[in-house]
Order: sequence, then structure tokens, then C-alpha cells
Amino acid sequence: MNSVEGLVNQIQGLSTTASDVLSLQNLLKQADDSLHAESTRLLPFLDQLDPSKHSLGYLYFLEACTAGPVTKEQAGSYVLMIARFITSCIAEQIRLAPDKFITVCKRFKDQVLLLEEPLRGVAPMLTAIRKLQSSSEHLTALHPEFLLLCLLSRCYKAGLSILEEDVFEVDQPRDLFLFCYYGGMISIGKKWFRKALELLHNVVTAPMSTVNAIAVEAFKKYILVSLIHHGQSPTNLPKYASSVAQRNLKNLCQPYIELANSYSNGKIADIETYVEANKDKFESDNNLGLVKQAVSSMYKRNIQRLTQTYLTLSLQDIANRVQLNSPKEAEMHVLQMIKDGEIYATINQKDGMVRFLEDPEQYKTCEMIEHIDSSIQRLMTLSKKLNGLDELMSCDPLYLLKAGRERQRFDFDDFDNVPQRFNI
Amino acid sequence: MDGEDDAPKSLMEEMYANGIEGVDDAPSSSTSTTILKNRPIISGEQLDIEAYAALYSGRTKIVRLIFLADHCDNSGMQLEALRMAYDELKKGENTQLFREVVQKIDGRLGPNYSMDATWCAMVDRKADQRKDKLESELNAYRTNLIKESIRMGYNDFGDFYYAHGALGDAFKSYVRTRDYCTTSKHIIQMCLSAILVSIEMGQFAHVTSYVSKAEQTPEALDPPTIAKLRCAAGLAHLEAKKYKLAARKFLEVGPELGNSYSEVIAPQDVATYGGLCALASFDRTELKNKVIDNINFRNFLELVPEVRELINDFYSSHYASCLEYLGNLKSNLMLDIHIHDHVETLYDQIRSKALIQYTHPFVSVDMRMMADAFKTSVAGLEKELESLITDNQIQARIDSHNKILYARHADQRNATFQRVLQTGNEFDWDVRAMLLRANLLKHEYNLRASRKI
Repeated sequence: MNSVEGLVNQIQGLSTTASDVLSLQNLLKQADDSLHAESTRLLPFLDQLDPSKHSLGYLYFLEACTAGPVTKEQAGSYVLMIARFITSCIAEQIRLAPDKFITVCKRFKDQVLLLEEPLRGVAPMLTAIRKLQSSSEHLTALHPEFLLLCLLSRCYKAGLSILEEDVFEVDQPRDLFLFCYYGGMISIGKKWFRKALELLHNVVTAPMSTVNAIAVEAFKKYILVSLIHHGQSPTNLPKYASSVAQRNLKNLCQPYIELANSYSNGKIADIETYVEANKDKFESDNNLGLVKQAVSSMYKRNIQRLTQTYLTLSLQDIANRVQLNSPKEAEMHVLQMIKDGEIYATINQKDGMVRFLEDPEQYKTCEMIEHIDSSIQRLMTLSKKLNGLDELMSCDPLYLLKAGRERQRFDFDDFDNVPQRFNI
Repeated sequence: MDGEDDAPKSLMEEMYANGIEGVDDAPSSSTSTTILKNRPIISGEQLDIEAYAALYSGRTKIVRLIFLADHCDNSGMQLEALRMAYDELKKGENTQLFREVVQKIDGRLGPNYSMDATWCAMVDRKADQRKDKLESELNAYRTNLIKESIRMGYNDFGDFYYAHGALGDAFKSYVRTRDYCTTSKHIIQMCLSAILVSIEMGQFAHVTSYVSKAEQTPEALDPPTIAKLRCAAGLAHLEAKKYKLAARKFLEVGPELGNSYSEVIAPQDVATYGGLCALASFDRTELKNKVIDNINFRNFLELVPEVRELINDFYSSHYASCLEYLGNLKSNLMLDIHIHDHVETLYDQIRSKALIQYTHPFVSVDMRMMADAFKTSVAGLEKELESLITDNQIQARIDSHNKILYARHADQRNATFQRVLQTGNEFDWDVRAMLLRANLLKHEYNLRASRKI
């Protein structure tokens, strides 16, 4: 009892300057076990601490408080408390104990799910991420949790801001896998297929030593999304994918590969029968909706191919070539595609003719020039970053050690990139 | 009475006027055969079997006749071919082919053309005797280690096996002479024999290798041999479906070939194969330089005036008549052993080239006129054009409503902008993914390194 009271006083006293906070942190670390022992009685002490000033101390107390099993009623109050804490805490202080913070937030997520109100957790989690991140390129363990909440509450737009940032630094590979997978699912939900493809591609080609379930599921969705977006499926994983993935992923996703093969043959009847036959497999993976989207994208692909060969075509001909049932259906499809901006055409209803037009973009407007200019700027920064990383890597002693060891010793004419010192 | 006398006389005059060019009834005397040889044999008319067979000699004559009998619909021609094959086989020693031909005749030609078992037995007996003799001679030579005799021994063995239809053994024997060849002449002889047997066996990979072997001899070859080697190389390329290379080889064959390679190929064949392959695979400049202006090849083309006409028609854009000639030739070409399975492909290629060439100079083409020029319907033409456009061989768009084909020249400027933006996006994606992966790898490596430490 006394130790806890004493601790509370110290927290109140030492939470002002940075050096004080550091010494406070040491004290708290030492007192951690005793806090956990008293976890059931810590609740009233939390009222004495102010989260906006004594964030570190509050965090330790909070973590010890929520350590045990939580009932539904308790969850309600905890959720409120943690949400308030997250919004008002000081970022620098909690960054001193990131693990504790992450644990608290994860428990927060669990409690929100227990209460079956994922929407309540979305905004606080977003704030939590912003406070924990050292930079916008940093992926924390909270990112996937946040996306999970967005998915469950169908609040996709909130996930948008997180997804648009480029991620370069990763704490744990598992976080990345989950983040990209959930991010892919959110993008699919919002029909941003390009972004989805990018995220899923990252999961599938990430370095891994053994195949994990996330990668398998991601690969299934990857095949489907690339059918929808590109009209063709990736036949082989790129060379930089891990060898484990290259060998095993295809075997584990056999029905999807078959689907992709029959897609490339171009016969809609075949693919529809195949989908019917394997319906339960797709359904058990929760991918049936996506599969249906892929099949309907086939009509679009065929119509787009027609724009390459014809200037004008009758609706009846379109229906015949794309294997639709009637000119009315063809008209509907073409109309939808014009609205979505996927083709440029005009429909002449009197003659039942469709006239295909060229892409009206002339690349002469100010907006286009700005777009090109900003792209160039962005790419230049990216390129500089890449160069920087390359330089850093070539000065790394471990790398030089390995490179020096593997160098041929008998080619005297070779230009030596590695200094002599590392020659073993 | 007078009328009756007159009628047969005028008929006879007519017969005499046609007599020299008379076909099936004319006796094969030397004069008529030379004139027959100069007549176009591969033409649009029904194939004249005797004249066709007279172009070849040796085993290929029999094989071609059997092929003809198997593939032509006309039973009269069939029986004629089989009859000639029978007669030819009787002059030789190949009892296996003889049995085959007799089976195909099936007694339809009467008692003279049935199974002659006594002849077969006699030939087989003689063959065994000869074989023993050759073997003992060869052994004797081998013990004496006289190179030249050993070579001749193996050569004789090869000839023996070839005459009896054991092609595999023949090939092996010929190849064995290689170790005992001393002069380039020997090597060339060996190569030519090996090529002959390989062509008969249908193993054209060997043909190519032996042709190159023969061409590599340090001594200069005499023109007929060069021509023979080029023909063989051309045939090998044709079988391998490399029509451009085949055309080039056939076009290089000089007139010195004459009839010296009748065991394999006739000059008419050189002209036909070379002409069709060239038409299917050469572009306009090459066609003009290598075929139309080629003086040597002109001699060959004279033997098949229809092929000459169709090449000229194609070059001068008379597509309808060109395609008509092709159609006429087709039935006879399907009866030729080397080209029958390439006819469809070559015809398709020639037709596509004609379509492409027709549309090339125009900005817009009325499809109805084009359909007339190619003697097809507008709907059929539209389908053909569609497949050519999808293959990117014609840059155009079809106005299906008015049935006009509009040439479409890609707007370079827009296309460049599009490509630039796309490349930028791809670069962006790739680099970002790369940086992420590098980070992951570094993390993993650090983890491993820290564990070690």
C-alpha cells in the first residue's frame, strides 16, 4: 500500500522535466512487479494521476490494472478510460515505454471487440498510432490492429489515411503481413484495386523462411484482384520473392490457379461452370464475392479488346462477340463502362451502333503538367533515398565481411570494390 | 462411206496434233520423255502420274508413288500409281516394300500384279548370299587393315542395306566409313549417302548436320554437289517449318542441279518449294531481289509457269488471280511427300500477306471492294481483318457500320506520355517495395546476428 502511494507521489513529482522522467522510468521499471501484484486495487489511484501530465506513470498503472481477465462491465469503463488516456497523453513520455503502450492498446482493442462496438475503437487507435510512430514511414504493431477495427466496423475511409503513407521501417515482419493483408482487404472494399494489388504483392513477395497462413490467404486474393485489375494473373512470382513462397504458394492455392487459367482462355461459359463447381471452396475462404467480380470483369476485358479493332460496332455484334445474351445487356455493360471511365464511346440508339472514340487526353493541360512535374519530384526523392540506403549498406561492416569472403581471389584484373582489410 | 472415212481421219489428225503432248497413251520414248519433262507437271490440271514419276529415280520414286496412291481420291490414279510402283519394285531388291504394294493393290490389277512369292524368295536368298559374301570380304579387309578397302566394304554394305530397305542399318554403315575416309571426296561421298538415307528416313536433324559437315571440307566442291547440298538443307529447313531459311536455300540452288539429284528432288520441286516459301516469308524487297530478279532461279521457275505467274501476280498486286492459281495448285501439292503438311500454313501466310499488302498504302479502304478483290464475302473478310488487327499486323480500325477500314497511325506524342507516366508508376512501386523488403531483410539479419552474439 505504502509503496504504491509513494510511487504515486514520485510520479506526480518527477513528471516535469525530461531527466526527471528518465529517472522516473527507472523507478517504475523496478516497481513494475509490485504493481502487477496489486493490480486489483490500483483503480482508485488512477484518479490521482493526470494522464496529460503524468503519462508515463499513468501508463504503467494502467497496464498493471488491465493485466487480469476483464468482464464486460469492467470493459466498458476501461474502454472509456483508455480512450481518454490515449487522446490526452504526451507522446514523448509514452515512447519511452513503447511495449507497455502497445500492450495497453491491444487490450483496448480486445475490450472494444468484447463489447462488439469496433467503431468506438477506430478514432482512439488512430491517435495512438500517430503518437507512437517515430515517423510516418514507421510501421508499428498497432497498425494492423487499427485496420482490423476499421474492417470490422466497415469504416474504410478512416483506414485510408494510414494506407496512403509509404511504409519503410518495420518493427516486426508479422505486423507487416497483417497490415498489408488487412489493408488489401480494405482497398478491395473501396474498389481501389491498384492499391490492393500493391499491398497484397508486398505480402506475397516479402522475405519469409516458412510459408505462413497470411501469405497463403493473401496470395489467393492477389490472384483474384490481379484478374480484375489487369485481366491476367501472375503466372510466376517475381524472382525476388522468397524461394519458400515460390515453391509452395501455388500448391496451396490450386483452385484459384485453375480459375486464372480458365480466365485466360476467354470463354465465359467455362469459367462460370468452374465457379459453380467449386463454389463451396471459394465460399469457405470468404472469397466468393471477389470471384464473382472477377468473372464479371471478363466481359469488360472482352469489350475493351473490341475497342482496339473496331471504330463502330453494332450492339448485336458486341453481344455476340462477348457472349452476352442480348443487345440490351451489351448496351448496359457498355454504358456502365463509359460511366466508370474505362472506355470512351458513344452509343447511337437509333442505329443500335456504338462508336468507339480515342482517349481524349491530349496531355496539354496545366493539370497534366503539374501531375507530371509532381511525379518527377516524388520519384527523385525516392531515388535519392534508394541511393542513400545503398551507400549505407556498402559501408556496413557485416556486408563487407561477407562480400570480401566470397570474392574470387584469383582474378587480379578485377576491379576491387572491397578494401583489402576485409580479405580473409 | 466417205463421211465415215472423213470422221475418223479428222479425229486422227486431232490425235496427232495432240499426239506429241499426248499423255497416258504415248509410249515413253526418249524424245517424248524429254518433252514431257519440259512440260509443266505440277500444274492446276490433274497430276500426270507417269510424267511425275519420271522425274525421280530410286527409292524416292517408289515412296512417292505409294504416297500418291494413299492420298489421292481418284481410284484410277491410285491403281496407276500402284501399278508403276510394282513395276519399279520388280526391278529392285526391296521385298518388304513389294509386299506392301501388293497388299495395297489387293488383286485389283489382275493376275499379273499379284504376290509373286517365288520372286520374293529368290531375292531374299540372293540377299542373304550377298550379305555373307560382303561380310567375309569386310572381315578380310579389316584384318588386313587397308583403309581404302575397309571404307569401300562399309560403303557396299550401306548400298546393300539401302537397296533392301533396311534404312537404319544403311545409315550406320555409311557413318562407319567416316573413320576410313582419307580424301575430301570420300567425306563428301559419305555425307551425300548419309543425307540420302536420312531424308528417306525422315530424320532431318541428321540432314542438317551432314550438310554442314560436307560444306566444311577444305577442298572446293563442284557445282552440282553444292547444288545438291543446298537442296538437302532447304528440305531440312522446310521440315522444321523455317520457311524463310528454306526459301533462301532453295533460291541459292544453281542451274547445275539439272537432274542429278533425282533420288531426292526434282528441279520442279525446287522451284515450287522455293517460290511458295519465299512468297510466304519474304518481304517485298527481298522477294524482288531474290526471286523475281534472280536469273538462276528463273530457269527453275520456267519449269512451273503457274508458280512463276502467281509470284508475279502477288508482286503486282493482282491478288485475285494469285489466290486462284494457289487454289488450283493445292490439290496437286497435297500429293507431294515433303510439302503436303505445310501447304495449309503456307497458304494462310500468303493470304495474310496479301491482305496486309493490300491495305498498306491506303488511309481508308472500302471493304466491299476489297472483298471482291479477294473473292470472299464482306463478313468473312471482316473476320480475317479482325484477327490480323488483333495480332497487330495491320494498324487500322474497322468501321463495322459503313464497312470501311480506316488506317490508324498511333499518335506518338500521346503514346509517349502514357508510357512515361506508366514507367514512372512502375518505378515508384518497385522502388518502394524494394526498400520495404530491404528493411525486412535487415531486420531479420539483425535478429539473427543478435542471436549469434
